[in-house]
Amino acid sequence: MIKKLLTMASAVVMITTPTFSETIRWARAGDSITLDPHAQNEGPTHALAHQMYDPLLQRDMAGAIIPALATSWKALDNNPNVWRFKLRQGVKFHDGADFTSEDVVFSLNRAMADGSEMKELLSSIKDIRAVDTHTVDLETHGANPLLVNNLTNMFIMDKGWSEANNVLTPHDVAKGETNFATMNTNGTGAFILVSRSVDEKTVLKSNPNYWGNNLYPTEVSKIIYTPIQSAATRVAALLSGQVDIIQDVPVQDLDRVRETNGLKVATAAQNRVIFFGLDTAEGPTSNLKVRQAMNIAINREAIKKVVMRGQSDPTGVIMPPFVNGWTEKLNAYPKYDLEEAKKLMSEAGYEDGFSITLNCPNDRYINDEAICQSAVGMMGQIGIDVTLDAKPKAQHFPIAKGGEADFYMLGWGVPTFDSHYIFNYLVHTQTDKRGSWNPTGFSNSAVDAMIVSLESETDLGARDGTIAKIWGTVQDAQMYLPIHNQVLNWGMSKNIKFDVQPEDKPHFQFLSFE
Amino acid sequence: MNRFLKSDFFYDFLRAPIAVASFVVVSTLILLALLANFIAPTNPFDPASLNLMNGFTAPMEPNAFTGEIFLMGTDDQGRDLFSAILFGLRVSLFVGLMAVLLATVIGVFLGLIAGYIGGWLDSLIMRLADIQMTFPSILIAMLIYGVARGVLPPELRDEMAITVLILSIGLSEWVSIARTVRGSTLVEKEKEYVAAARLIGLNHSRIMIRHILPNVLSPVLVIATITLALAIIAEATLSFLGVGAPPTKPSLGTLIRVGQDFLFSGEWWILLFPALTLLALALSVNLFGDWLRDTLNPRLK
Repeated sequence: MIKKLLTMASAVVMITTPTFSETIRWARAGDSITLDPHAQNEGPTHALAHQMYDPLLQRDMAGAIIPALATSWKALDNNPNVWRFKLRQGVKFHDGADFTSEDVVFSLNRAMADGSEMKELLSSIKDIRAVDTHTVDLETHGANPLLVNNLTNMFIMDKGWSEANNVLTPHDVAKGETNFATMNTNGTGAFILVSRSVDEKTVLKSNPNYWGNNLYPTEVSKIIYTPIQSAATRVAALLSGQVDIIQDVPVQDLDRVRETNGLKVATAAQNRVIFFGLDTAEGPTSNLKVRQAMNIAINREAIKKVVMRGQSDPTGVIMPPFVNGWTEKLNAYPKYDLEEAKKLMSEAGYEDGFSITLNCPNDRYINDEAICQSAVGMMGQIGIDVTLDAKPKAQHFPIAKGGEADFYMLGWGVPTFDSHYIFNYLVHTQTDKRGSWNPTGFSNSAVDAMIVSLESETDLGARDGTIAKIWGTVQDAQMYLPIHNQVLNWGMSKNIKFDVQPEDKPHFQFLSFE
Repeated sequence: MNRFLKSDFFYDFLRAPIAVASFVVVSTLILLALLANFIAPTNPFDPASLNLMNGFTAPMEPNAFTGEIFLMGTDDQGRDLFSAILFGLRVSLFVGLMAVLLATVIGVFLGLIAGYIGGWLDSLIMRLADIQMTFPSILIAMLIYGVARGVLPPELRDEMAITVLILSIGLSEWVSIARTVRGSTLVEKEKEYVAAARLIGLNHSRIMIRHILPNVLSPVLVIATITLALAIIAEATLSFLGVGAPPTKPSLGTLIRVGQDFLFSGEWWILLFPALTLLALALSVNLFGDWLRDTLNPRLK
């Protein structure tokens, strides 16, 4: 009898033991802003898009570049201005359409269209040509040795599907536009969209025809993605087993999660810097002395110790250490000095201070609102009366980007691992091609020219020299007040085997179970 | 005063321990809130006075960096919780009282008119009240709050936050008062003294205000007291949801919202002390209101 029971029990175990088919319940503070892969250049938006769409090449969980829809790429020997991409054969979109070079030409042009936030990444491109059905040439204005680094989040859409659904251009999120692609997808990725309810729940299922199924046997059969803004609720969901992985364990709860049976915390330095932006065109912050005063009135060590509980890396430059151009010297942050700050304020003619509004997100970065609150206090100490306006990122970003804000918080990750990406978005004068995230009013034609020259500089030594020069100007202008680089803390079930990706982008096809 | 001390009301009051206890608690809390400026060791509404390094100090334990000691500890920004609770109590009470005052004025006015004049005006006001009754009052408060935030320019939002709270709670709580006043007015207007007043030629507004109003006020007093508890909770709820008092000028609800994030990490005091204060306040006001209803309603005796 007992033997029979045991056999039955083991049979039950065999049935219920997961074999390459499991649901992952995934949570983080904020939702993706849109499913249109070119409309927003934002971390959580790309992180969700990566499950359904593929770029030509991508970063693996360690951050190294690996092939995706392109199998190989190289600059032509006779013309270094042309990069030739060989595309993967036999790839199908989720709706069954074949993936060919015309989809690549279409998608890259779409990513350069008006309304796209990806266009700065392609600003060096002159022409995109299909050579045959599975070969594409990208011609740049000058030889751009680092072009491929710019393509890791450049998702490929199906031309036919986009035409049929009238999504030939991305929608402008800041203007409140939407299109069919905002809520629908047709990618080549490892997962297919099943259902989506914004800010509530997105369900994906594994793609049986995924081109990578032989390369990376996908063990996840279903993804249920739920944004949970409240830190306490999010960690409670992990502790109680309602979710399997959260990308942002609140810093105060790290020990609690570590000590909980069946859970673990994986930690890694993140390729993301957090900073404040200032309006240099108008108002008190247009005065350099005021910006200098604000910079040294920020007590970065206190923010690290108390707000971040040690989980941050204070910095004096808006560039994570992963990035080409980073030096110890730039990274050194100024000494916190209230007396000097007050002196600078009075030299600027603001000994009685002034009033300003600080725009801050409350569901994007780690402890974003708490950092802003402490900044309110620190600015108060040099007489600046700050009104805090904290909002969900979907409302915050249009304000921060649109130039309405005088004082705002932003975080910046660098997917290309190169300074040019920071300059092209945050330092170049705001035009319709470049500088889309530079609402500070900072504009320097010499710097603009240097930024453009980086795209066709083949002498990497000279290129690094130009980068250092641009950083010098940025550090002197102080339109940005750097705070720190983030540290990632992913909390997950112990049976999950998953590396922390430095860009905070989990690729669930790489996840395995133990 | 002497008359009051010898009244049945005061006699009943002294013989109801719950009434006395709740009255003592409420008056102590009101007194603390009024004297917050003198009692509180720091001004929690002045962000410039905060030292971030004091953050997360446990109650009565010296801070690891600064060595400072706080009676109830500090919150995540280094704000002294005891001071924050006193000032937060003031915000909560002020919002509650003003909202009830607003609700009472609207409710009494509309109730009197509906009951006394009757006809289509009565139908209109009462159907409006019925419609509003079908929505939870917190939803209406959030709606009014949302509209107000949308209309106001950002630099005025913090200053106007309290006014907006009062408006949104006041406008969502008038219905029960209007219904009660209307009911009592319907009874009173059939009585002989009203007929007599009409007979000597007094105009309608005088009859309503001087003759009927004083006679419908005692149930209003009861409902207003209970509504006060509701209004305080509504304010805390709105602030807890992040749409009420801003974190730089916290009310009890805002403090509870902040404290909630540190429940798992062992900083229990940030949540516990404001929550206990809110509990004591709302419970005492409610108990006192209950006793008031029992005493002033002769049918329950």
